[in-house]
Amino acid sequence: MHIFLVDYPAFKCTPLLSVLTVIRAAILIQKWYRFTMARLEMRRRYSLSIFQSIEYADEQDQLQVCDLPSFLYNVYNNHLPRATLQQHLLEHFHLGPDLCLKEFEKKIDVPDSYYGPRLSFPLTVEDANALLHAFRNEQLLHARYVLQLLSETRRVLKEMPNITHLSTSYSKDITICGDLHGNLDDLLLIFYKNGLPSEQNRYVFNGDFVDRGKNSMEILIILFAFLLIYPNDLHLNRGNHEDYIMNLRYGFTKEVSKKYKDHWKQILCLLRDVFSWLPLATIIDSKVLILHGGISDTTDLDFLNALERSKGSALHVSHAVSVKCRINRSKLLPQENVANETCILDILWSDPRSQNGCTPNKSRGGGCYFGPDVTAKLFERYNLKMLIRSHEFKPEGYEISHDGKVITIFSASNYYEEGSNRGAYIKLTPELTPRFVQYQVSKFTRRQNLRERVGTIESSALKSLREKIYAHRSELTSAFAQYDVNGTGRISVNDWAAAMESVLQLELPWRMLRSQLAQMNPDGEVDFMSCFYDLKMDQPIKEAQPALAETLCRYRKDLEIIFNIIDKDHSGLISLEEFSQTWRLFTSHLGIDVQDDSIDKLVLSIDYNKDGHIDFNEFLEAFHVVHRLEKKATS
Amino acid sequence: MFLFADGLVAEIKKKATEAFEVFDRESNQTVDVREIGCIIRSLGCFPSEAEIQELIEKMEVEEAGGFVHLEKFLPVVTKVLLDRRTYTGKREGIRCIVLFLFYSVRIKRRSFQGKSSQSLKGQNIILCCLSGEPFNQEEMEDMLAIALDPESDTFHYRDYRKKLVVDETKTFPFNV
Repeated sequence: MHIFLVDYPAFKCTPLLSVLTVIRAAILIQKWYRFTMARLEMRRRYSLSIFQSIEYADEQDQLQVCDLPSFLYNVYNNHLPRATLQQHLLEHFHLGPDLCLKEFEKKIDVPDSYYGPRLSFPLTVEDANALLHAFRNEQLLHARYVLQLLSETRRVLKEMPNITHLSTSYSKDITICGDLHGNLDDLLLIFYKNGLPSEQNRYVFNGDFVDRGKNSMEILIILFAFLLIYPNDLHLNRGNHEDYIMNLRYGFTKEVSKKYKDHWKQILCLLRDVFSWLPLATIIDSKVLILHGGISDTTDLDFLNALERSKGSALHVSHAVSVKCRINRSKLLPQENVANETCILDILWSDPRSQNGCTPNKSRGGGCYFGPDVTAKLFERYNLKMLIRSHEFKPEGYEISHDGKVITIFSASNYYEEGSNRGAYIKLTPELTPRFVQYQVSKFTRRQNLRERVGTIESSALKSLREKIYAHRSELTSAFAQYDVNGTGRISVNDWAAAMESVLQLELPWRMLRSQLAQMNPDGEVDFMSCFYDLKMDQPIKEAQPALAETLCRYRKDLEIIFNIIDKDHSGLISLEEFSQTWRLFTSHLGIDVQDDSIDKLVLSIDYNKDGHIDFNEFLEAFHVVHRLEKKATS
Repeated sequence: MFLFADGLVAEIKKKATEAFEVFDRESNQTVDVREIGCIIRSLGCFPSEAEIQELIEKMEVEEAGGFVHLEKFLPVVTKVLLDRRTYTGKREGIRCIVLFLFYSVRIKRRSFQGKSSQSLKGQNIILCCLSGEPFNQEEMEDMLAIALDPESDTFHYRDYRKKLVVDETKTFPFNV
């Protein structure tokens, strides 16, 4: 066989032998290409799997034992001698007096130097446009208008039933959007593609407007403004993130406190009330049920419509789930109705699955997994045709399950990372047929090719995973040591994977990830300490013992929440005494044994100006894990 | 005849299970049959589409819904991984390029108003990809997106070869 270097573009007709060669060459190239693409796809999938596992593990913490809600609950209800935290908690959960529009106007002054939108109530389309324009230019709405807007929104929402009933008009579609999670760009894109809300252009937003993204406040302002202008044409359903504790943990509270340094507490207080008054579901033409999470086998729409939804507040709801918490449900704040809470929890947290039955949702820690039979039964009972829900990330922005009966719609594109997923919205025709529109926001003008996109997602996912690994360093080290009987520093891949899974409690493809996380010698054994080589703490804190540093790292987010509650005047500072008290309470709650003086030493070293106060944000930042080598994933 | 150590078989089973579970969206031990090709290839195998079909047939896919269960997947794939001949490795890569050299795939942008359709670029690459087990439109676009040098609009096949060949020593517990 001769090898020719043919240098002209036209393909000439050749004898049979060469034709076979063409085919063989083609097949080889195709095999190689598909092989490469498969590997890329695998990397993309496991990266998304990493993001999702970590997110669910975090979320689960919110609802289960040994966690923030139960900790706060214990402090709240037990009369502990060190009552500072308790006092603060009481204040935090106590709702302030109801102020009306005029009172806000009197109490809060808007300076002439403010060039942002000035709202006048009742709101009009001009106000809405002014808001959109301002937010595109990254301006903030003044606190007084925010408070007025929220107070008006609450007034309007209070009039609404738990379940909103809509009917399609003869010619217009209704647009349904899913989770936005603070991604203003996605909302603006939707409005750009689909038009602004109006009497002719109706919208339903299905919850989770806030947390994670950096423009949760702006999204709320826009949605509430349109709600006030078109109360019959823009509808909101509550999501599981419209909840005080979730906001503390997932960034909304922080966003508000940074943007509104003087009024954040008032705003958040009012918001808590507004959230509790958000309707829980929407039904279109008595056939299409729209709610945020899902259903369970005990979901009763009449019961749902009748219950008092505003009583379902954060702390109470989280406790309803804590069967594992060993806290007797009936001992919760007396008026609480467990059935109410369970009903709301199911609506906000459940996920559909392809297996029949209704089982507790173990990855979320709340709500349940509901199968096609549960859906069918509910549909039959209420003569429904479709269930539209959100709550779950979907790479394509939407997914259809239960044989076309259940649609998941997710509107936050690039949720985990630039390029991680598309967002989508539904246009429901008057015949109740759904049409999907997908999109993806991008900060690049050139579309990244697949390889680049996967590289970005993968490196971000691995970074999160490595942080978790670092935070569990001691436990991992001792787990590895148990397998390493001869003290060689090396264990089999199998043992390494088993140790990782049992300590971190994340179901991930460890063998596939191993090459990115730890080094292996030619014999096929893993050098287990190599997991930690890449990572270190940002500022070496000399006084800290490694175990202490790790604990602080792991519970950094929880501590941030607690400190924020204590920080009454939102100065960002708390006293050393408060810090120590809180730390001791928290660690004893977690069952961790930390020597008393080690934390005192640590704290003293953080009090840079020796005035008896520490800036806890700075302090916690110090326990942020940094990656020594910021490698970009190359393919 | 190879007698494989139990340890190796167990290890292979675990690796295959892991790969399977990445695609198991609902954690119920099933994956969509259309993802089988991807899973098998990501385990380091190098089958053609026809070979994938054969494997799928052995897996007895349930008619309704097109799902493959882990129980059916595992024995088939474990055997494939143990069978060294399926994994051809770098040798194939070099042959691929040698054969590739038959068809110079120099793609030049024609001075053609507006249209940048792939059909104008490199008739050979098209022909090559229309034979055998042809790429579908999406695969074609993706391939050209990676393969084409955006500046000169040419396809440098030597560089492309490098992108295709993967260093296996870094990713697999055993070298074949």
